[in-house]
Amino acid sequence: MTPGSTSGAPGVVVVVTGVSRYLGAHVAARLAADPRIERVIGVDAPEAGTEFPDLLDRVERIRVDAGSLGGILADLDVDAVVHLALVSAPDPQHGGRSGMKDQNVIGTMQLLAACQRAPRLRKLVVRSSTAAYGVSFRDPAVFTEETEPREVPRGGFGRDILDVEGYVRGFRRRRSDVTATVLRFAPFIGSTADTTLTRYFSQPFVPTVFGRDPRLQFLHFDDALEVLHRSIVEDHPGTYNVAGPGVLSLSQAIRRAGRVAVPVLEPGLSGAAALARSMGFGRYGLDQVDLFVHGRVVDTTRLEQEYGFTPRSTAAAFDDFIRAHHGGVVVTRSQLAAAEQLVLDGIRQVRAAVRERSS
Amino acid sequence: MTGPGQGHDPQGIGRFDVPQQPPAPDAEPARRNGHRPAAGVAPTPQPTDEVDTAATDEPASAGGAPASGGRHGGSEPAVPDRPGDPWDRRVANGLAFLRRRLSGDYEVDEFGFDPDLTDAVFHPLLRLLYRDWFRTEVSGVEHVPVDGPALVVGNHSGTVALDALILSAALHDKHPAHRYLRLLGADLVFRMPVVSELARKTGGTVACNPDAERLLGGGDLVGVFPEGFKGIGKLYADRYKLQRFGRGGFVSAALRTGTPIVPVAIVGGEEIYPMLADIKPLARLLKLPYFPVTPTFPWLGPLGMVPLPSKWLIEFCPPIPTAHLTDSADDPLVVFNLADQVRETIQQTLHTLLERRPDPFGP
Repeated sequence: MTPGSTSGAPGVVVVVTGVSRYLGAHVAARLAADPRIERVIGVDAPEAGTEFPDLLDRVERIRVDAGSLGGILADLDVDAVVHLALVSAPDPQHGGRSGMKDQNVIGTMQLLAACQRAPRLRKLVVRSSTAAYGVSFRDPAVFTEETEPREVPRGGFGRDILDVEGYVRGFRRRRSDVTATVLRFAPFIGSTADTTLTRYFSQPFVPTVFGRDPRLQFLHFDDALEVLHRSIVEDHPGTYNVAGPGVLSLSQAIRRAGRVAVPVLEPGLSGAAALARSMGFGRYGLDQVDLFVHGRVVDTTRLEQEYGFTPRSTAAAFDDFIRAHHGGVVVTRSQLAAAEQLVLDGIRQVRAAVRERSS
Repeated sequence: MTGPGQGHDPQGIGRFDVPQQPPAPDAEPARRNGHRPAAGVAPTPQPTDEVDTAATDEPASAGGAPASGGRHGGSEPAVPDRPGDPWDRRVANGLAFLRRRLSGDYEVDEFGFDPDLTDAVFHPLLRLLYRDWFRTEVSGVEHVPVDGPALVVGNHSGTVALDALILSAALHDKHPAHRYLRLLGADLVFRMPVVSELARKTGGTVACNPDAERLLGGGDLVGVFPEGFKGIGKLYADRYKLQRFGRGGFVSAALRTGTPIVPVAIVGGEEIYPMLADIKPLARLLKLPYFPVTPTFPWLGPLGMVPLPSKWLIEFCPPIPTAHLTDSADDPLVVFNLADQVRETIQQTLHTLLERRPDPFGP
């Protein structure tokens, strides 16, 4: 009955949702490679594609719509559920914003309803986001897990995240015997991850909001996997901020990546984001615009104390991303250093010449 | 205008030297680029390397053949010629600074504070203003602790919150430990584009208890002006009359962290933009707390933004310890009494300072 009995006990069955996507596939593969876990079952919507078949060869896959999940979880004698099937940006090919909301909010609701009826379930791990803190000009600079959002976010993803966390709170009340872990992830970055933000930083010219230089935090993708893995094999009930310690300002990140920032007035950017979305390219929404106006920094002390694990710093995670995406660099550091030396030598020569002439 | 500035020249030169002299002990950022080591100081490169490998390694390794070859070829004959050439050093430092900025090789803390930019750009500008334009005299710096947290509480004045910036720059220069004052600003400051980022980069953050306590908990020096807009937006007729001290949130932040409170009185800020009237309908229209009319603004347009060269006096008062009151942070009576004590101290110091300065625009 104790949560500890699941970890390490033989025959642990773990269900991972969202395995057709990057994060889900990697988590499922990693759990499948862990000898402490007997079965890893990847659950997905029927229409989901298979983007990572080579990762998932040791993962059993079930395609089912969220409504009929309840019976399956009970039949499979599931011990733990990892809920990763969240969409962070509307995808026009999968129903746009309404499809995104269906998956995020309704999908979570139905999954939690199914979990509530699963008799053997001992552990629930839910992916959340630091977007749960919302955005407001009166926000403190650093969010701890206790900070309540002051304003409901404008962006769809932020609102979905608030709903998802609300459902998890309800689930905790109803199934207090289940260890529920909510992980509020900072935006992922890394050498291979492909997210809205990595695509954003891969462009040579990067739009920013005029007069704003938000403080950003990133989480290296491998550290996200590590934290998710530990959440399943260890017991860490509660809500945790998961982010790389330290801060990069947006302008600093763009310069480190050797890109060029193009400041755009904020109303223009919101309009452009809406336009780009309606025309079907670009997946920047109000979530991104708000992030680029306000920035978001979280305190990770609780994670470090509870997990005994410190993700690599935001700057290190970003460096890893830069190394992998060095194509498209507009200005390199060595060019800058060479230019510095050139100008310095030039000035020295001119001054030496002037001095010689005057003496 | 230049007269008073030159009148203080001995002091002025002394101050001007400060950025030049301390490089050896404290200013790693300014010395990072490896031009000084060639002047014959062998041990210098090692410490700088340890402090900041990212900045020093990069040009040496990445710029490999062209840069380092050019550097040693170019600087070794150049430097022994004129070892103390200040212009050469200044140019080299300026270029190194530009390179650091353009490649993102600097650190920003979680509040957005950028010490590199503050030291190189904002403080030199403010230094001109407080030293040469306002002839600021600072006393009682010894009351500001050399390390550990303290809450500096001041009177607010002057239509725009210039006094906060002057206070932070003057404190940084005059304090033996060159401490940065982390200012707490109204959320209006952080609503405005550009202004919000200037505030964050110079070490400011939103005035709220979580941020204040986080900064104090981290051992920082926090500056707060509890009068807020009531202080800066008051009419010239009400100058040096302290306004209400809000709800005393600053006191509870200090109590919760057991931080001493250092009251500071600032004289001179009221005369820089003497506010004769407040056009309230216009303020409401622009969503500002007030719309000032001064002898020069808005009549002279942008020229009206030039502050009048009043004489400034800043005095730090003895700290008020709060460590014994940590349990009373939620006791409104203790909080109000302490806020009153701070307010009285500042008001009385203001009166004493005003007596020392009979002519607001004197030397």
